[in-house]
Amino acid sequence: MAKINIVCVTGTREKLQMAAMFASVAAATGEEVSVFLSMNAMPFFVKGHSLEAPVEGEMGTLMAQKGVPPFKQLFQQAVELGDAKLLPCSMAMDLLKITREDMDDEVGQPTGLTRFLSDAEGGQTLTF
Amino acid sequence: MSEKIIDARDTFCPGPLMELITHIKQAEVGEMLELLSTDEGSGADVPEWVNKVGHELVSTEKVEGVWHIKIRKAK
Repeated sequence: MAKINIVCVTGTREKLQMAAMFASVAAATGEEVSVFLSMNAMPFFVKGHSLEAPVEGEMGTLMAQKGVPPFKQLFQQAVELGDAKLLPCSMAMDLLKITREDMDDEVGQPTGLTRFLSDAEGGQTLTF
Repeated sequence: MSEKIIDARDTFCPGPLMELITHIKQAEVGEMLELLSTDEGSGADVPEWVNKVGHELVSTEKVEGVWHIKIRKAK
């Protein structure tokens, strides 16, 4: 089984969407998927936070139309259909003063960089 | 065995694929599913997924702008 590590750190619609697309398709294909969440991508996984991510350009605007699966739905499907792991960065959680209970239910264990790097070893890493 | 139709018209990539996967999980082995999609990319990428995962691609055809992709769940 191939291992895909996705580092999701940018809080824009295009980047979140692309990361979610890779996560859902890879997980549903049977690959072992870990998504590390940090920086400006992180607040979108906190309960109650707006899901209106700022747009970078033309493609982001086009993606607001009907028929494009929302990025949160794709991340949920990655977890439900393919056992993907969404791993919140423990540093970002400290900065935001939140605990795991404040994060969406599909989000997994808070993870530090040492742990993520050792789990990611030998896999393919994509960064958004 | 009856054939299940999954209507994913007017959704963009990876919407049709995710719809198919949701239904394939619930289907019985040997069951036939037909995915309808208007997304051009999915017309090529869904068969790619079916082959990679090891289900049987029965047929693909485009009729009046709609892809009809027939799959048999193999495992």
